[in-house]
Amino acid sequence: MTRTFRMDEAQPRLLDDTAQGVIGTPMDRPEGPLKVTGKAAYAADNLPEGLAHGALVRATITRGRIAGIDEDSIADLPGVIAVIRDDRFVRNPAQGMADEAPVQPGDRIDYHGQPIALVVGESYEAARDGALRLKVRYDEDAGAEVDPATASETEDGDPTESGDWDKAVAGATVSVDVTYTTPAQVSAAMEPHAAVAEWKADRLVLRGSQQMLRFNRNEIADSLGIDPEDVQILSPYIGGGFGSKLGIGSEAVSAAIAARELGRPVRVVMTRQTVFDAVLRRTETEQRVRFAADGEGRLLAIGHDDRISNLRDEEFAEPVSSASQFLYGADALLFRQTVARVHRTPAGSVRAPGEAVGMIAFESAMDELAEALEMCPVQLRLKNIPEKHPVTGQDFSARALAECLKTGADRFGWPGRTVPGSRREGDWMIGLGVASAARPNMLVKAAARVRLSAEGAVVETDMTDIGTGTYAIFAQIAAEMLGLPTGKVSVRLGDTDLPGASGSGGSFGASSSGSAVFLAARKIRETLAGKLGCSPEDLTLRDGIARGANHEAALSDLLDGELVEEAEIEEGKTAESHFSSGFGAHFAEVAVNAWTGEVRVRRMLGVFGIGRVLNEKTARSQAVGGMVWGVGSALHEDLVHDPRTGHVVTRDLANYHVAAHADIPADMQVEFLEERDDQANPMQSKGVGELGISGSGAAILNAIHNACGVRIRDLPATPDKLVAALEAATE
Amino acid sequence: MQTTLTVNGEERRLDHDVRTSLLDALRDHLGLTGTKKGCDHGQCGACTILLNGKRINACLTLAAMHEGDEVTTIEGLGTPEAMSPLQSAFVTCDGYQCGFCTAGQIMSATGMLAELKEGMPSHVSPSLSEGSEMTDPEVAERMSGNLCRCSAYPFIREAIAMASEDK
Repeated sequence: MTRTFRMDEAQPRLLDDTAQGVIGTPMDRPEGPLKVTGKAAYAADNLPEGLAHGALVRATITRGRIAGIDEDSIADLPGVIAVIRDDRFVRNPAQGMADEAPVQPGDRIDYHGQPIALVVGESYEAARDGALRLKVRYDEDAGAEVDPATASETEDGDPTESGDWDKAVAGATVSVDVTYTTPAQVSAAMEPHAAVAEWKADRLVLRGSQQMLRFNRNEIADSLGIDPEDVQILSPYIGGGFGSKLGIGSEAVSAAIAARELGRPVRVVMTRQTVFDAVLRRTETEQRVRFAADGEGRLLAIGHDDRISNLRDEEFAEPVSSASQFLYGADALLFRQTVARVHRTPAGSVRAPGEAVGMIAFESAMDELAEALEMCPVQLRLKNIPEKHPVTGQDFSARALAECLKTGADRFGWPGRTVPGSRREGDWMIGLGVASAARPNMLVKAAARVRLSAEGAVVETDMTDIGTGTYAIFAQIAAEMLGLPTGKVSVRLGDTDLPGASGSGGSFGASSSGSAVFLAARKIRETLAGKLGCSPEDLTLRDGIARGANHEAALSDLLDGELVEEAEIEEGKTAESHFSSGFGAHFAEVAVNAWTGEVRVRRMLGVFGIGRVLNEKTARSQAVGGMVWGVGSALHEDLVHDPRTGHVVTRDLANYHVAAHADIPADMQVEFLEERDDQANPMQSKGVGELGISGSGAAILNAIHNACGVRIRDLPATPDKLVAALEAATE
Repeated sequence: MQTTLTVNGEERRLDHDVRTSLLDALRDHLGLTGTKKGCDHGQCGACTILLNGKRINACLTLAAMHEGDEVTTIEGLGTPEAMSPLQSAFVTCDGYQCGFCTAGQIMSATGMLAELKEGMPSHVSPSLSEGSEMTDPEVAERMSGNLCRCSAYPFIREAIAMASEDK
């Protein structure tokens, strides 16, 4: 077993000195040609011999028990093979990094839409028909609470507080006390959750759509009651995750059980409606944000309280005030959370849990404070950047917030911003908005193996690429470290038989697992230096040639056989001494139609400090993707629940609107500032996937206010709300 | 029941359930899994193919309705070694991330470019009869039936513009 490298101190900036020159470049994704020609095989694309098709049956009551399943009701349907019902079925997907089985409720039903059985057929059509016709009898419990606003069962978290709140507020010249509400949201990855389960002797081979294989293997093994060694999960391509595929879920567990019982491979693909019903949602939020400031705009008090919801037995609680606790400083701080227990589809991680919705309210309220102070919103933010983490007292590592705000303001033409409601083009009112961006950076335990031979290098890890660019980035890291053209590096991902990585989640995948690749390659460099007869510091590797201490040799001549190194990394002392986070600034220009209330986003700019950029192209795509999600959060996305049953009403892509081409302008700009975060990891890089969504929605809302003078605090800011607000403003 | 159709230039005979959608026929019967199922309700566009040269959602039609029809799927456009100009431009412009909607985007764009050439108007065209230029708003409007949750939209449209200039 390899010794685990702990990030106890800043590491040399080796990637600044290596010679290949590929790290950070906007390299095309190596798997791109497979993706654009339909040759990349996602979970549901696997069609093993003898495949049977499973369709999940959902509960049609909110709370109660299954009294009986009438298998005879579909016995005469042609092509139906079996009805699978098992106490090992899971209620909902495991939360991210759970590493154990999710709740297995047996006959109990906790929410409308909970998967309760699997109908297996010779064809998809037979299974689907059987699942719809299957007769299920219930013992229903009346009076299940489904409304988060009125739920009687609530839990108050321990408040985070410091300073003398009353004193700070009493000394304020200007204060803001506003309440924002955000609706429940979903990930809605384009690929519905899918699993193809096959037993080879006593070993389960699961082709799944999963983000975090190291955890997922333990989760499904625990769900099934088998040894993790008897599970292999393969997820080389994943059609988007955004948190929805962090943990093992119903499609995988039911497919594995059915395949075992029937002795043949079984495929279960959730329908889009089942994805809405039975995959973790983002909680709705009610947020009260309070600021108190002196006449110069210095913050005296910062308060952010939120009320969220989840189903009982789910520990996950959206960390709504996460960024509010470190973006700005004040004499008094107060952050409180209440979780309401409701019988709805449970809540979990959706892209940037916490910041995605918390920063919309927080950064909009900052705009309200700037307005009250008659101060430039950029200046207000610059004025309140704290020296140390306001709650923990930690030093910040690399933090580019001020530079991002200044650079962005300059580039976006911010000084040209006029007073609210003063810029008009025909029926359209035009406005600019700004918001800060922040998303904490993490280092999660990860391992990887690198092989080097005369033919080139191979990277092997169970890390996933959910569209984030892992294949490209790992090829670049290995190529840079080993002095090879990227075409000489092949990357194998998404197989639990390979070294266990961090998985994709929390924007930590590329940096955590990439650092393991980096460290494995660094070990190989040390061996090569020894073979060449120089110190590792003097070794230069480029285009397959090793140079050092006046020696030069082709790698192919230095190697006799294959060099194989594995490395593992985990966080260490730097995580205690320093607070590492991605920072940035969002700028948006919108047009609001004076008559219809329609909002059109005209352009956006995001300026970010994410440490070393590993691939400029995939990083930019991630950032823009996040910014688009911010547009969706501000303007479109709204998961509506039936107030009687808690059932999801907007349970398809026609009723739950995610941004489409026409919603997004071509002018979506991203700039990454040159930065190295020495405390983060040996590559000095940070996460980017969630930073783009963190704050971007607020920039849109603030631009709406600048355009037409109204504040929308109940999201999304749909035309009906804008028309009502515009009418109220003119009365 | 049986249906014979031409897929990517090759005659294929299907023995299928009457309920089988054209999408499931392509994927599960012919193994052409490049075409994806994102919603099965015509809401996401991931299953876009060309039917007799026109783009359609393969999930919204039954295989049984297509006796003698010609279907082009993503596998019929190009291969990893010999990509079509659009496929190649998607790689260059990073017009995707996870890649799941990509086949649909590319097939839709292929059909859309032909529609533009034929002078078919869209909701944002200045005129119903004069045809329209290939502007970004035109392409955005015409491509809005193809969702991309990774939200690669600006880069998808950049790729479409790049490929159309190459032609």
